[in-house]
Amino acid sequence: MRRLTWFNATSLTLGFAFLYIPMLIVIIYSFNESRLVTVWGGFSTKWYGELLQNEAFLDAAWVTFKVGFFSSIIATVMGTMGAYVLVRGGRFYGRTLFSGMIYAPLVMPEVITGLSLLLLFISIGLDRGLFTIVLAHATFSMCYVSVVVSSRLVSFDRSVEEAALDLGCTPFEAFRLVTLPIIAPAVISGWLLALTLSLDDLVIASFVAGPSATTLPIKVFSSIRLGVSPEINALSTILILIVTVGTILASLSTKRAVMRKQRAEQMAEQSE
Amino acid sequence: MNLRRLFLIAVPYLWLTGLFLVPFLIVFKISLSDTALAIPPYTPTFDLSQGWAGLKDMVGQLDFENFAFLADDDLYWKSYLSSVQIALISTFMCLLIGFPIAYGMANAPKEWQPTLMLLVILPFWTSFLIRVYSLIGLLSQEGLLNQTLLWLGIIGEPLTILNTNVAVYIGIVYTYVPFMILPIYATLIKLDGSLLEAAEDLGCSRTEAFWRITVPLSKAGIIAGCFLVFIPALGEFVIPSLLGGSDTLMIGKVLYEEFFANRDWPVAGAVAVILLLILIVPIVLYQRNEQKMMEADK
Amino acid sequence: MPQTVFAPWTDPSAKPLIRFQNVTKRFGDFTAVDDLSVDIFEKEFFALLGPSGCGKTTMMRMLAGFEAPTSGTILLDGKDISAVPPNKRSVNMMFQSYALFPHLTVYDNIAFGLKRSKMPKDQIDARVKEMLRLVQIEKFAKRKPDQISGGQRQRVALARSLAKAPKLLLLDEPLSALDKKLRQDTQFELMDIQEKTGTTFVIVTHDQEEAMTVASRVAVMNFGKLIQVDTPTQIYEAPNSTYVADFIGEVNIIEGHGTPQGEILSIAWAEGQPDIIATPASPVAAGRVSFVVRPEKIAISSEKPADRRNAVQGKVLDIAYLGNMSTYHVEMANGQIIKAQAANQRRRASLPFTWEDKVWLSWTDTAGVVLEG
Repeated sequence: MRRLTWFNATSLTLGFAFLYIPMLIVIIYSFNESRLVTVWGGFSTKWYGELLQNEAFLDAAWVTFKVGFFSSIIATVMGTMGAYVLVRGGRFYGRTLFSGMIYAPLVMPEVITGLSLLLLFISIGLDRGLFTIVLAHATFSMCYVSVVVSSRLVSFDRSVEEAALDLGCTPFEAFRLVTLPIIAPAVISGWLLALTLSLDDLVIASFVAGPSATTLPIKVFSSIRLGVSPEINALSTILILIVTVGTILASLSTKRAVMRKQRAEQMAEQSE
Repeated sequence: MNLRRLFLIAVPYLWLTGLFLVPFLIVFKISLSDTALAIPPYTPTFDLSQGWAGLKDMVGQLDFENFAFLADDDLYWKSYLSSVQIALISTFMCLLIGFPIAYGMANAPKEWQPTLMLLVILPFWTSFLIRVYSLIGLLSQEGLLNQTLLWLGIIGEPLTILNTNVAVYIGIVYTYVPFMILPIYATLIKLDGSLLEAAEDLGCSRTEAFWRITVPLSKAGIIAGCFLVFIPALGEFVIPSLLGGSDTLMIGKVLYEEFFANRDWPVAGAVAVILLLILIVPIVLYQRNEQKMMEADK
Repeated sequence: MPQTVFAPWTDPSAKPLIRFQNVTKRFGDFTAVDDLSVDIFEKEFFALLGPSGCGKTTMMRMLAGFEAPTSGTILLDGKDISAVPPNKRSVNMMFQSYALFPHLTVYDNIAFGLKRSKMPKDQIDARVKEMLRLVQIEKFAKRKPDQISGGQRQRVALARSLAKAPKLLLLDEPLSALDKKLRQDTQFELMDIQEKTGTTFVIVTHDQEEAMTVASRVAVMNFGKLIQVDTPTQIYEAPNSTYVADFIGEVNIIEGHGTPQGEILSIAWAEGQPDIIATPASPVAAGRVSFVVRPEKIAISSEKPADRRNAVQGKVLDIAYLGNMSTYHVEMANGQIIKAQAANQRRRASLPFTWEDKVWLSWTDTAGVVLEG
């Protein structure tokens, strides 16, 4: 039995206030007519207009989306394969090393990952640009996909796979027709995670991007270095809005799935 | 079947070896090299065309000069120490703030919990950079925090928070607190409420039951949360860069500057190697804790 | 019932559908199946019975193709199948957990195996409908597994495994998840379906009642070995060891020293008690024997019966009242307890015997079985 004490309620309220107030301030000030943080000059959306006309930002955003799209797909495929190997691969030569490599990026400081990848690209003479960022992002985010998918695979009931084999599937068909549809939610979560990590990455991109490819985080960072700017406020608000809408949609779809399950169980009981 | 299995293992394995392991070996090799005004700015370089003799020659030129340099120059070992200190204090503060939130969430009525979870996850998915940025406006001299404190009469003149270590602490806690909340919440949720009732039945007060039952049983989650904050915080770059001052010494920042500003790649490599060595202990401890948690779950 | 006529294992010229030849399966140090050989014939309903860990599930998985024997051969229709992967065998399995594909409808679950064999669409449709009719779940064809009850899921699993008309159907504890009433009904349905389709069924179970009800032959296993393979009648009435005798149903095992006297064996089992007169199936040498007699074959009476040579006196120690019958635990002079079972022909209050009563237990000469050792 759990009771919500006054202490609990206070800590929750203060806690969430702490988490959200800074962002709310940014959102509010993105509509500030005046440039300065200290003065409220009236409600205005002009900064959004300026942002959307800022070529540099728009280019950087486009680069970021492209990188995010490709790297997240590669990361999802690689990460799912990695998860499969870890959970089902059994013993094989070099397994500890593999497992270490898969989980290392989770705890590795980004500066080190970035540095090491840049050195690699230079020593093999690969020109830095979109391609190198995609490679770098795919590499470090595949481990996050692995973590998500492997936790799903661990609790996966293998008898459905055996049933598929028993009924005539080749192992790959069994994976494609039975396993994959069932673990799809985990794979999609992994993909979203990889996408978010890529879109948000600053440090690694700074190391491996060349002069030709600037990502949005890099642009934003150099902009922030120069001080608070209302265009950044506008950009931040847009991004916060996108994440909020996305998260709410995701949670609604989870709720729908739960309700569907409950209805199914009711149907099952009544069908006797 | 064997061929299929081989393919399945080989593809991610080769990818990781090529894009993860080999780069590390290169970092290590560079940490043993010397700076040069060349592209790439280090010597000796690995030249396959020179064959085995070339390799032996190259190895001969490697030395631990850079590591000696790190040990000598104040900047570096002070940065390491300062990073560890900042990471430790931030982790502790994160725990102080994160635990009550997780505890509150776990005790909330069941219908609220998905929403509360959503409220924690949302900042987690929001851009890291933006969240740090949002603190800049808040903490600056003309920022909202100072304005509020002045208005409330708590202080007489604006505090300098931005560009000091204090801002770095606030920044790390602010951005990493979801990492602390989630594992603790996950552990607290699994806690059997009847254990607390049994404790109270046997004579414990509510506070006693909390310290004697709840806290020890949520140890695994607390440890996981602490590691998830400490380890990345140690190597942080963005937060000290944007919120810290020029006297804020964090090793992530030092590495970045060494690399880009000073163009001293070999030293940057050495800095990275030492940072990794420092991190090995907490990483191994973290893995052990995860293993224990998984085994306990079975 | 056709069971009494159907007995291919007695026919020396009959070719078995499945032959295990000295099959051993080891997992590391643990031997799951130990040098096992057995023949299973077409159209049999064959039961593998034993406690957990006895090797029965391993045997089944080897037949399905999910495990390979460490040594020995398994022949299906005369051909060695150890190299054949599970998707290429004409063997199908009904899983204990049913293993229904949660993302497919009942219809698609059943059609799944047929689609893999590249059957033309209209044939698939006809076959699926036939299967739905066979197990009586036509109504739920469009539902998903989580929208139907446990008993219905079991039928879907059965239909799915029969859809491809396999030579051999393996059933892994198929009724364990059902409650008792449903279980009994389903047992008879399974037997019906097996006869109707003419498929060979091999069922794995730990429930001896189930094995006895459905099977044409039962293989009692323990520690990876076959203890006895026989019809249910033989297993019950002529167990070849105290293990089998004890495993199935209730039993009295009385140890003593046997002295053959012509066709009869006289067993001295307790001081001061008359010898037990038994009629062993084959001649037994003098020595230690175990006399096995089922409680329902022992009559309980208040007076010594005049017409039986085997009669002993004791005190009622305990009564297990099972509603339709009672099992009386009767203590002998030497402390040994013999169980006698009698139908409750009168209501409980009027039953003739109660605790502490002095009673006579008696049985005919042929009621029991003699086991050497």
